[in-house]
Amino acid sequence: MGAGAPHSARPMILCTLDVMVWRAIKNALAGLITGLAGGILLLGLLVIWGSALISLVDGPGGWEHATLYVAAVVLIPVVLPWLVQGLTSLQRSRLLATLDIEIVPARTTGRASWSAGPWLATGTWRQLGYHVLALPAGIGAALLAFLFPVFPGLARWSIKTDERLARKLLGPTRRERLAERVESLARSRADLVAAADAERRRIERDLHDGAQQRLVSLAMNLGMARERFESEPEPVREALAAAHDEAMLALTELREFIRGLHPAVLSDRGLDAALSGLAARAPLPIRLRVDVSEPAAPGVEAVAYFIVSEAITNVVKHAQATRAEVAVTRVGSRDGDVLRLTVTDDGRGGAAAGGGDGTGLRGLTQRAAAVDGTLTIDSPPGGPTTITAELPCES
Amino acid sequence: MRIVIAEDSVLLRDGLTRMLTAGGFEVVAAVPDAAELLKAVAEHRPELAVIDVRMPPTHTDEGIKAALVIRRQFPDVALLVLSQYVEESYATDLLSEATSSVGYLLKDRVAHVRDFQDAVRRVAAGGTALDPEVVAQLLVRRRDNPMDRLTPREEQVLRLMAEGRSNAGIMEILKVSPSAVEKYVTNIFLKLDLPPTGTDHRRVLAVLKYLGS
Repeated sequence: MGAGAPHSARPMILCTLDVMVWRAIKNALAGLITGLAGGILLLGLLVIWGSALISLVDGPGGWEHATLYVAAVVLIPVVLPWLVQGLTSLQRSRLLATLDIEIVPARTTGRASWSAGPWLATGTWRQLGYHVLALPAGIGAALLAFLFPVFPGLARWSIKTDERLARKLLGPTRRERLAERVESLARSRADLVAAADAERRRIERDLHDGAQQRLVSLAMNLGMARERFESEPEPVREALAAAHDEAMLALTELREFIRGLHPAVLSDRGLDAALSGLAARAPLPIRLRVDVSEPAAPGVEAVAYFIVSEAITNVVKHAQATRAEVAVTRVGSRDGDVLRLTVTDDGRGGAAAGGGDGTGLRGLTQRAAAVDGTLTIDSPPGGPTTITAELPCES
Repeated sequence: MRIVIAEDSVLLRDGLTRMLTAGGFEVVAAVPDAAELLKAVAEHRPELAVIDVRMPPTHTDEGIKAALVIRRQFPDVALLVLSQYVEESYATDLLSEATSSVGYLLKDRVAHVRDFQDAVRRVAAGGTALDPEVVAQLLVRRRDNPMDRLTPREEQVLRLMAEGRSNAGIMEILKVSPSAVEKYVTNIFLKLDLPPTGTDHRRVLAVLKYLGS
């Protein structure tokens, strides 16, 4: 019942009333009905529960009576949270119908604590408070409603107060809203990471099936031409040799690029196999130790691979190291298993996460953070440097 | 020499066929996947199969699996596996069951036409052709170690042996005299505790030891 079609909705005699005032009156009346219903229900239950309790303590004997009293004393508190929920949805529908206000229940956290125990759910007590208040408030608002046409300010105030109270007591708390927000942010970030990962795999596949095969074929044809025209004049041979060499170079560069996107062996054979290839290709000796009982989530393994890869690149570029060591272990922690990566080198140290030549290292920290992991760098001047990353195995 | 080729890219399949034919080999079948490969090998009984690692349907390591099946069912077919990437774990799988008449090369090597044709002949003749990159990767994984007793030069010689080079080939690459190569090889046998039987047999044993299998 929006402001768009107010005339058809109200009796002729009220035609002169302001839309807002009319709405406040309707709301006060609806609030009176719901408040009375809820209040009487709760009061009634309170009376029944109280008298059952008193009767149990010093009431007339007889086991039939005692059973009845015990049942009432036990059952009422047990079903009350569900009654409170029912009343809450009634009030929510009233607010939506008369004021067009939507009070969204606390989604995830609310439900989680509800399953832990209805009385422990954060919302239950606040909602009960609202329903207790709703009876006197409903009566008060209904009485004041007679003054609304005269004092529109009062009408506005009643709507505002009703809304504020409902939001405070029937909606999610600030903490619940934040928790929900954090959860949705974490989910959307995980989705983004997964999407980026999938995209890299797709590009890798496309390049592998397309450009890479074509380039191998080109290089092979040039190689054959080079063999066949060995007796041609010098310039021809030179041109062919240059073209062949360049094709080989392009092939090598493309392969490195594609491997940097997403190493196929990582999907096929896992982190261990992918890292051993990485260690073998490094221009300095790397001792590799991988002790992972079961693989982590694919996205996490990809991040782990790239962190080790980038860390080794950094060692090669900046550390002036003679050797490096990479260890990957899966260790248990309070919040589930984590993949712990350490990359140690015997170089000159002095590496830092930010600024200077540390851009690569900053990238590593971001990579780790993208899957809720942490990365620390210990690199005193003079070395040795140790980079430790911990990534939650499930993302 | 009769050869079967398995490669899913049409372009490369045709290119390889042309290149091997030009080299004097007879390509009896060129197929796009592992299932077709097994069929072709059973039908044609070639002397050698050139196999791409990554083929349909899963585009992972079909070629390695097919190579191992061929080795079990048709032990006298030589295997030359080509891969866009050289991965130690694929090589280990392959070498765990096949230690002679086997090769594992980076796909790029086909562009060095003459070297590639040499590798084909070597593998078909019962030798090995391992990509230098494979050897480097296997070296990283070496854990035990009578190998530590080898000098860097001896290790280099052993590495070339693993790649399938003959003494003459090693001589040429390292630019050393024949007697020097002999000396390195003898020292390697000695240090790896290999019994003095036929040289060829000991060469294979040394390579195996080196590969850690």
